[in-house]
Amino acid sequence: MLKNTLTHYGLVSVILHWLVALTVFALFALGFWMVDLSYYSSWYRTAPHWHKSIGIILALVMLVRVSWRLISPPPPPLATHKYWERLTAAGVQLALYLGIALLIISGYLISTEDGRPIAVFGWFEVPALGALFDRQADIAGAIHEYTAYGLITLALLHGLAAVKHHIIDKDSTLRRMFGRKP
Amino acid sequence: MKKLALAAAMASMMVLPAKAADYVIDTQGAHAFIQFKISHLGYSWLYGRFNTFSGDFSYDASKLAESKIQLTIDTNSVDSNHAERDKHLRSADFLNVSEHPKATFVSTKVVPKDGDNFDLHGNLTLNGVTKEVVIAAEKLGEGTDPWGGYRAGFAGTTTLTLKDFAINTDLGPASATVQLDLTVEGIRK
Repeated sequence: MLKNTLTHYGLVSVILHWLVALTVFALFALGFWMVDLSYYSSWYRTAPHWHKSIGIILALVMLVRVSWRLISPPPPPLATHKYWERLTAAGVQLALYLGIALLIISGYLISTEDGRPIAVFGWFEVPALGALFDRQADIAGAIHEYTAYGLITLALLHGLAAVKHHIIDKDSTLRRMFGRKP
Repeated sequence: MKKLALAAAMASMMVLPAKAADYVIDTQGAHAFIQFKISHLGYSWLYGRFNTFSGDFSYDASKLAESKIQLTIDTNSVDSNHAERDKHLRSADFLNVSEHPKATFVSTKVVPKDGDNFDLHGNLTLNGVTKEVVIAAEKLGEGTDPWGGYRAGFAGTTTLTLKDFAINTDLGPASATVQLDLTVEGIRK
């Protein structure tokens, strides 16, 4: 039930998948919106604080997710998937993982250049490593922005592909991701 | 060597007493500062500075009105002791440093006032906008230094309206202007 089997996803993988999906889109929307807030907006301080706090928690969730993937590997692709589909899907999924990692690292580097830690909802703080390279906040900021757009594009493609499998191919790709048996 | 240099310096003073001397601003030893302060919400001051700049001036106490100064500021070096804020200050919301990596001040006129005070008129180019500003300045002192050189130091202050320099981000009614404080110490060339 909790673990993945050879034919279906267990509850842990299903919950982690959708939790991360929801969080990534929420963080993107929050980030997109917060950078244009005016100084006197009541969200001017709160929105970045939440963005960073949720980002750090996402980092922890991703560590759990990758560990769980090693403990309980996902089921292999459906036998009906073509070779190019498997290859593309695996490539996009790898890029999604790498994109999230790059976003977390670059986000951390923006906020910690001056040695200030990142406070996570006032629960705990992630210590800073300070400035690791020249123009750190600017470079990390540019990487963060471009990676965010790239990640969202890939995530939409990933979702569209799943819908295509559900509607056009009428296979169990998407249903499996909700924990249903094929 | 020191004594020789000192003697040479003194000799040159005696030979050329009236000629305005040229000075290079001592950014090498960081005896010069370009700082600013702006009101935060009308409740407090926020201080910042530009870490990288260069410039020189010519000055003679007896011919103050003939003095000249030019300054070049690397706007990338803005430092308010907060990496995220500095990133924001460098962005197009404020200094737009990728478009305008340099700010310059070139004096046009010096108007002596009481004592060591004078008004320094000049063109300030900031964020791509050039505008005449008047810096209320004061000579702080001049004389030989302990290492064989000759130095002169000045302080000046002026208030800039952000909108005049196309910085349109609204920081609130108390923060429409920023005070620029400059302290420059020159070493005579």
